[in-house]
Amino acid sequence: MKKSDMKTSEITVNGKPRMLKESMLDMRLLDYLREVLLLTGTKNGCGTGVCGACTVLVDGAPRRSCMISLKDVAGRQITSIEGLESDDGSLHPVQQAFLDAGAVQCGFCTPGMVLTAVALLNRNPSPGREEIRRAMNANLCRCTGYQQIVDAVELAAARMAE
Amino acid sequence: MSHLPQPAFRNDGHAKVTGRARYTDDLHFINMAHAVPVYSDYVRAENLKIDPGKAMEAPGVLKVLTAEDVPGQVCFGQIEPDYPMFAEGSIRCNGDVVALIVAESRQEALDAVPLVEVTADPLPAVLDPEEALRPGSPLVRAMKDSNLMNHHRVRRGDAEAELQRCPLVLDEQFSTQWIEHAYMEPESAVCVPRHDGVMEVYGSMQHPFSTRRFVAALLGEPLSNIEVYQPPMGGGFGGKDDTAAIVCARAALAARYLRRPVKLTYTREWSIRESYKRHPYRMRYRVGLGEDGRVRAVKVSMISDGGPYLSVSPWVNWRSTAQCFGPYSVDHVHTDVLCTATNNPVTGAMRGFGAPQVNFAVEQIADIAAEKLGISPLEFRRLNMVRQDGETITGQVLNTHTVSMEQVMEAAAAEIRFEEKLPRCSRGRSDTDELYGIGLAISYRGASLGAEGMDFCSAVVNCQFDGSILLETGIHENGQGSETVMMLILAEELGVDCRRIRYTRSSTSTIPDGGTTVATRGTIMGGGAVKAAAEQIKRTIAENLCEVLNCRPEEVIFRGDRIRGPEKTMPDTAGRMNFRPTQARPAGRAGLKAVGLEKPGSEKPVQGAGESGADSLSWEEAMKQMYDRRVYPYAFGTFRAPDVSWDDATGQGDSYFTYVYSCQAVELTVSRSTGTVRLRKIVAAHDIGRAINRTMVLGQMYGGIAQGIGMALTEELKLSDGRILQPDLNHYRIPRASEVPEISGIIIENPDPQSPTGAKGIGEPAMELIASAIANAVYNATGIRYRTLPINIDPEELG
Repeated sequence: MKKSDMKTSEITVNGKPRMLKESMLDMRLLDYLREVLLLTGTKNGCGTGVCGACTVLVDGAPRRSCMISLKDVAGRQITSIEGLESDDGSLHPVQQAFLDAGAVQCGFCTPGMVLTAVALLNRNPSPGREEIRRAMNANLCRCTGYQQIVDAVELAAARMAE
Repeated sequence: MSHLPQPAFRNDGHAKVTGRARYTDDLHFINMAHAVPVYSDYVRAENLKIDPGKAMEAPGVLKVLTAEDVPGQVCFGQIEPDYPMFAEGSIRCNGDVVALIVAESRQEALDAVPLVEVTADPLPAVLDPEEALRPGSPLVRAMKDSNLMNHHRVRRGDAEAELQRCPLVLDEQFSTQWIEHAYMEPESAVCVPRHDGVMEVYGSMQHPFSTRRFVAALLGEPLSNIEVYQPPMGGGFGGKDDTAAIVCARAALAARYLRRPVKLTYTREWSIRESYKRHPYRMRYRVGLGEDGRVRAVKVSMISDGGPYLSVSPWVNWRSTAQCFGPYSVDHVHTDVLCTATNNPVTGAMRGFGAPQVNFAVEQIADIAAEKLGISPLEFRRLNMVRQDGETITGQVLNTHTVSMEQVMEAAAAEIRFEEKLPRCSRGRSDTDELYGIGLAISYRGASLGAEGMDFCSAVVNCQFDGSILLETGIHENGQGSETVMMLILAEELGVDCRRIRYTRSSTSTIPDGGTTVATRGTIMGGGAVKAAAEQIKRTIAENLCEVLNCRPEEVIFRGDRIRGPEKTMPDTAGRMNFRPTQARPAGRAGLKAVGLEKPGSEKPVQGAGESGADSLSWEEAMKQMYDRRVYPYAFGTFRAPDVSWDDATGQGDSYFTYVYSCQAVELTVSRSTGTVRLRKIVAAHDIGRAINRTMVLGQMYGGIAQGIGMALTEELKLSDGRILQPDLNHYRIPRASEVPEISGIIIENPDPQSPTGAKGIGEPAMELIASAIANAVYNATGIRYRTLPINIDPEELG
């Protein structure tokens, strides 16, 4: 073992602590999630930080995992789409609302959209439609025209307020 | 909460919101190798030489494949086999792939790319579609004696003579841009050699059967050797045929050589560089008008850039021909639609398929004509639009379905209050920074392939002996929800709960080639086949179980998730398709409450029925009885589209067997200081025959409109000497959430008698006309006509 591999850092992914070898720290968070942990719900749409398909939550804030290397997130809490369900398999209200409002078509942008929406509702539990659109500007969708995504976030906000 | 929508059922919805849906690049196989493409810097070059020598010795590299390694056909195509899957001897565009590097890891493959030595003699490239036709222009395709790819015509009456007689003649020119599909998922393929010699192909592609043809061609193997599966796909919009199929074929070649699974996943840059685009058009329209406001003659010429390979350019151009003057009846029409070969990127299918370009011209001409005539845009359209039993410009009499062009236009115009708001438009004058405009556009769109291709499809319904049901069709899930739609159609036909049905994970080996899922044909063709299969299976069940139900076979009713004998309380239409009456329902944001899963099986089963053994049977009971009788409750249904016709010389014929009628209207403001267009509201009305799933219909409308907004305002693929500048989504700007306004969707339902389900389709009609409505609204705001896409307003011009 190389000496550098002995130094380790830790991150938490979906509630589970993970050890990172020194040699891994330059890896993109996106590749770590997809290729090492096989958490393939995080998608690679552009690789240049513009489409938002690779969005994950870092300490609750939406971040583009294609633009982050592991060393940037050492010690932090990462939530990918796989971490959103409850242990009993029940969906997060945002996930359920995406289903109910018809906000899913091809589904490739959906994990990133859902996480951006979760972060928005954590920040502001009752956003207006314009505010939802502004938050969702971080994520591109080519199928839905966004309207049913906005409907879904509005619906989730209403349900979470109940 | 009172406004909770009913669940918008999708069979893939849960997997997609949880991230469990496995797209192609998410698949991992043991011992899988990784491939990457190698491009050259050339745009047009001869004497191409590829030396993989050093790359072969790079760490981890297993194989460098070039055209020399192809056992089958290097070139293939949907119409002509002219698209090289590996460049061979020459380069004809900057997206040509010269080699494929296969390595143990993707990184090792990427690292070896610069080690492949590519040399060639560069030649001047052909970059302008009109210059390509001039004598002396170099030939893009060595085997052809001309750069002309196709020439379609309409010759109806005597347009030139009639134009001379018209008191008012418009002469207008328009052009459209290069457009990228920008599906969120770049191309990907995983090919797995199977123990029995079959090559399994998993790919991000729209058309498994088309992909199978490309793979079989490259490998030189029979179709039965190739088994194509379609994992969930991250968008296609017409763009994942030829190129995506070729990505699969290259991965299959590597897997054959290595006898290992091989993955080939594209970066966004490669995807934009290599994939085919929407054709840019240049159009000239001369339109002769009578004093009565009627269009008397139209003379049209258009030329589109075909790139170096044919792909489906002749079909795209044919739709532009058949629909060259929008939804208007004209007696004298003379149309020439040309496509020429250039060394620009390949052009091919994209949602709208030759109609959005034409509509951009025609619907602005309608407004220009109305203004010259001093009548309202609506009045001009009413005077000229196709009518029931009227004739199209191709001589087709529209007498087999409800021609609802006026109904659709009036519904959209009323919803947005067009006539009330039109006089308020700024026309370049405003006391504030904002200029206000409203505009609309109408279209009719031939549904399904029309005279461009073979149009038939099949479905398999396989009832299990426990009462559960398996369904499969030759139509494919492109993200639009086609599997769900097929399930809903079957549930309605059989009167069962949708949860009883599973959609089979099909492959090209399990169902006959049902044609490509394109041309707004999925619901109409696949649904037709599902209905045919359902009718067969109901007949089989009724014939076998009628004696249990103490009735004749024709009296057996499939309803309420049960199979019943005749009952006085049951309406006699039960179990058959009930068309809802023609209706127009606004269903925008407020309409959410009206959408959702509608199925006849949602009523409660009659309590106690069936327990006597005579009144009705549950599906569980019924299928057990079928089993006891040794009869398979299995049906193979097919649907063949009604015949269409086309005469190449005159451009006359019954182009399509039915049409979707559409109107979209928009309100917007333009900033005088910045020229920025802000869309305020959009209304869309479409007569789609019948909505199988209203939520999904609205989703298609919203999504199509967003793509149209991109075409109108933000999207333009910039080329320089045949090379795509900045092939990324940072510079190619598709609309974001704040750039799409609230849309009010109106679903109009005049069931089509020639469609077994009454449904037509919505995928493409939704996309093809908002750009022209926006152009009209921008004119009404600024007083300036923008004849080039995307609309780019220079604030200096606004004064």
